[in-house]
Amino acid sequence: MENNINDTKLLVSALENGTVLDHIPAEVVYKALDILNLKGVDNRITIGINLSSKAQGKKGIIKIADKFFEDEQLNKLALIAPNATVNIIRDFKVVEKKTLTMPSEIIGIAKCMNPKCITNHQPIKTRFTTIDNGNEISLLCHYCEKISDTRGIL
Amino acid sequence: MAKKSLISIGDFTKDEILHVLETAKEFEQNKVQNFLEGKVIASLFFEPSTRTRLSFETAINRLGAKVIGFSDASNTSQSKGETLKDTIKMVSNYVDMIVMRHPLEGSSRYASEVASVPVVNAGDGANQHPSQTLLDLYSIMQTQGTLDGLTINMVGDLKYGRTTHSLLQAMSHFKTKFIFTSPDELKMPKEYKTFLDCKGIKYEETDSLEEHLNDCDILYMTRVQQERFTDPMEYERVKDVYRLTASMLDNVKPGMKILHPLPRITEIDQDVDDTPYAYYFKQAENGLYVRMAIISYLLGYR
Repeated sequence: MENNINDTKLLVSALENGTVLDHIPAEVVYKALDILNLKGVDNRITIGINLSSKAQGKKGIIKIADKFFEDEQLNKLALIAPNATVNIIRDFKVVEKKTLTMPSEIIGIAKCMNPKCITNHQPIKTRFTTIDNGNEISLLCHYCEKISDTRGIL
Repeated sequence: MAKKSLISIGDFTKDEILHVLETAKEFEQNKVQNFLEGKVIASLFFEPSTRTRLSFETAINRLGAKVIGFSDASNTSQSKGETLKDTIKMVSNYVDMIVMRHPLEGSSRYASEVASVPVVNAGDGANQHPSQTLLDLYSIMQTQGTLDGLTINMVGDLKYGRTTHSLLQAMSHFKTKFIFTSPDELKMPKEYKTFLDCKGIKYEETDSLEEHLNDCDILYMTRVQQERFTDPMEYERVKDVYRLTASMLDNVKPGMKILHPLPRITEIDQDVDDTPYAYYFKQAENGLYVRMAIISYLLGYR
C-alpha cells in the first residue's frame, strides 16, 4: 500500500496546476477521455494505462494540466469508473480530493440498447435515468422506457 | 393552462385516472357533445390500425372537432426522409392536439417534447398505449363496480404484450392481486415483477390456463402478436398455446368478465361470445367514451 501511494504521489506531483483522475479501470480510460470532451484540447495531458494497483490489479490514470472540471461533468464518469478519485492540484499540491457521485440522469453519452427505440433512428440526444442495483448500474431510457446496461456507453 | 400530453399511463396520477373514468361515464350517457367545435385535431398514424384510429377519429367527431391526418406513412414526407421532428413541428402549427401512432418506441414522448400542442400516444411500438389502458380500467370499473381489491388473471403474451404491462402499472394503484398465465417463453418481464415487489403487490405465475380460471374477477386475454417476434420458430411454438372455450367456464365466479384488447385470433373461441362472461366487444365500444374523455381533459374542457 505504501508503495502505491508513493507512486501516485510521484505522478501527481509532476503537475503544477490541474486535475488528476486516478483509479479509473484500465479498459475505460479512452471512454473517460471522451466523456470529459478531452479530444483535441490544447492542455497537456498525461495518460497512464495498466499501471499496477493493489485494489484494482490494473488501473488507469489521467492527468490534465491547467484544467478544472465542474462536478456535474466529472460525475458522468461514475457510470464507467464509479471508484475513480479526483485530485485537484494547485502549485504542485493536492488541494482537494473528491469521489464521484452517480448522476440521476445521463444525457447524451449512452446509447439505448433497444433497436426499436426512436433514439436509434432519428437524430435525438439520448436521455436515461440511472438505476443503482447495488452492484451494477442500469439505465432507464426516457423515450422507449426500456432498460439498458452500461455497455452501450459511447 | 400548461400543455399536458398523455404518453405513458404513468403520466396520469391516480386522481387523474379516476377523473378520466368519471368523465367517460358522462360521455357514455350523452354521446354527442359539440363543445370542441372549431378545433382541429391531427390523427397521425405512421403504422396501420383500425380500431384505435377509428375510435379516436369518432371521438374527435363526436366532440365537434375536425380531424386531419393520415393512416399510412407512405403517403407522407417521412417517405422523402423528413425527420419526425420536422413533421411534428409542422403539424403543430395547424392543430390543437396531435393523436399519433408510430412503430418506433419512444416516438410519442419525443413528439410531445417537440410539439407545441398536447400529444396523445395511440401506441408507440411495443412500448405504451395508454388510451387502451384507460379503457381497460373503465371496463373493469363498469363490470366490477370498483377497481379496488380485484384479482386479475392476465393470459397469453405477457412478454411483448404492452397492454398487460400498462394495465399492471395502472392497477398497482388499486391493491390488485395478479395472476400471470403464460408459456415459459412469454413470461412477464422481470422489471414489471420487480415493480410489483417494490409496491408490495402480490402475484402468482402459472403456465396453466385452467389453474386460476375460477378464482379471478377479470380474465385479461391477449393475442400472441406475430409482429413482435424476431424469431419465427419461437412464434410457431407458442402461437396456439391457449384456447378458451365456453365449456371451460362452468365454475368461474358469477361476476367474472373476460377482456381482450382485440383483435383475437384463436385464443378465445367464438362460443365464448354468447356467454355472460364475454365483455370484449363492449370493452372496445368503451374505447370511444374513454378517448372522448382523454381529449376533453387534455384540452382543459373537463
